Amino acid sequence: MIKVENLSRVYRRSRTSPLRPRAEVHALRDVSFEIEAGRRFGIVGESGSGKSTLVRLIAGLDQPTAGAVTFDGQRVDGRSERRLSFLRRDLQVVFQDPTGSLDPRMRVRDIIAEPLVAQRIPGQAERVAELLAAVGLPADAGRRFPHQFSGGQRQRISLARALAPKPRVLVADEPVSALDVSVRAQILNLLSDLVEQFALTLVFVSHDLSVVRHVCDTVAVLRSGELVEIGDVEQVYREPRHPYTRQLVQAAPTLRGALSGVTAADLISERKRP
Amino acid sequence: MLKVDGLCVAAGELPLVSDVSFTVGSGERVGLIGESGSGKSLTASAVFGLLPDDVTAAGSVRLDGVAEDLVGASENLLSRLRGSRLAMVFQEPMTALNPSMRVVDQVAEARLIHRTAGDRAAAHRDALRLLEQVRLRDVAELGNAYPHQLSGGQRQRVLLAIALANDPDVLICDEPTTALDVTVQAQLLDLIVKGVKERDASLLFITHDLAVVATVCERVLVMYGGRIVESGLVAEVLTSPKHRYTKGLLDASDLESVDERGRLHAIAGAVPAAGQFPSGCVFRNRCPRADDRCRVQPPWFGEPTAGHACWHPVGGDE
Repeated sequence: MIKVENLSRVYRRSRTSPLRPRAEVHALRDVSFEIEAGRRFGIVGESGSGKSTLVRLIAGLDQPTAGAVTFDGQRVDGRSERRLSFLRRDLQVVFQDPTGSLDPRMRVRDIIAEPLVAQRIPGQAERVAELLAAVGLPADAGRRFPHQFSGGQRQRISLARALAPKPRVLVADEPVSALDVSVRAQILNLLSDLVEQFALTLVFVSHDLSVVRHVCDTVAVLRSGELVEIGDVEQVYREPRHPYTRQLVQAAPTLRGALSGVTAADLISERKRP
Repeated sequence: MLKVDGLCVAAGELPLVSDVSFTVGSGERVGLIGESGSGKSLTASAVFGLLPDDVTAAGSVRLDGVAEDLVGASENLLSRLRGSRLAMVFQEPMTALNPSMRVVDQVAEARLIHRTAGDRAAAHRDALRLLEQVRLRDVAELGNAYPHQLSGGQRQRVLLAIALANDPDVLICDEPTTALDVTVQAQLLDLIVKGVKERDASLLFITHDLAVVATVCERVLVMYGGRIVESGLVAEVLTSPKHRYTKGLLDASDLESVDERGRLHAIAGAVPAAGQFPSGCVFRNRCPRADDRCRVQPPWFGEPTAGHACWHPVGGDE
């Protein structure tokens, strides 16, 4: 469904000295993989791994320096915005910060209807009511403004907006990272329900391998713009092959591990955790 | 070492922290956990005497060897204690560091202000040694950097070096690793634990992450709605919680345990805004076990250092 081939993206930093050339940042280096329809595909990496760059390229929000992105056989890169309408309908993105991605001056119903307006899809009022129900918001939520909602509810609004044009692929970029633990579980449950109910292909980006393990079936691990490991999520978590993935698994504290005696020193030691 | 008794923090009429009491023994590592809006950072700020202007504290905060109560103490006394006997590592190192000063000078400043270093040259040497202790890479070069030239993890190391500069008796860490990558977080947690162990200092560690608190601390205080709802040894509270909130939090954060429909055990609703918590038990509007009895504020059951405030504790009257 989504094919990424030899994808690279080089950013040029702004000039820091008139004498020296502008520094180049290789945000993504020669990354290739394929996401089949119906998959729950996780992308894991730390800051600077290139995961957000990858999302922007897949969503046609940025152009690669080299390589290609195809969606259902159609090239995404190199197209003008006008010729990306197929992607805007079929692929929608939910971002980490629900506050920053919702216009504070718009009512929730207008926020949710915005992709429908942009794509001239009729029947907006009914669709908004349907979506509010699907994401578990009260029917009168449409009349209110984003600031009147909690972080978890705002993420529900973002999800409703993303689902409005009936996309086939949902890309979620760190959707629960800004949420409290008790709310995180609600949103992860909702996300699973929606993926199932609407038969979505999910691309889930996170710095947290344990969250990806819960949500996804396949995972790609990125480090400094390179793809270091890809495979079945359970296998990657239990038997990571790349040293970096091993480090990532080991460094993340777990409640079970800590209660069985794993200390802070053990998180960084070479020794394998019990 | 640190004794907090009946601490209340309020913004005008609005109570934000109510009747918080706990002790941190010498060399003990205590975690303060809770979700955002539970009052954990305010508790730390009150202990540190750094509350915003329009927020007031009542109750008592005592530090061993200091005759006066830190609540209501003079700024003069507090500023002598801060950075020497009491130290703090904040969540956001970019706002805690001075952007226009080289980081090595900021560490040296901590030694100079409290007159723990003989002269500028000695303070500079101490600063380099402290930066090496927190494993800042290439101290000779990065020490001369300004905060914006460092990564988040490096800044947090500098902040830790400043906090440890005068061998404090009590170190307070407020979500020190929340913004960091897991591999960097692991290194910093290790440095914090080593730092306090070497100095036999007491640690009050604030976090929302149960796995982190279990890794770092021996004892834990669970906060919700501005109150401590449960406390005890990490091994007990996090394996057999008594308070329904603690239980809910543990279940919600366990990504490996799902119900028969493959769903996580979420807590209903969201953390209310300050002042919107229900009367009586603060958790009752989200609690699956709440009944009429919970309209009355539950008393503290158990010992001062290990107990809970719940009318219907897990494993109690089911």
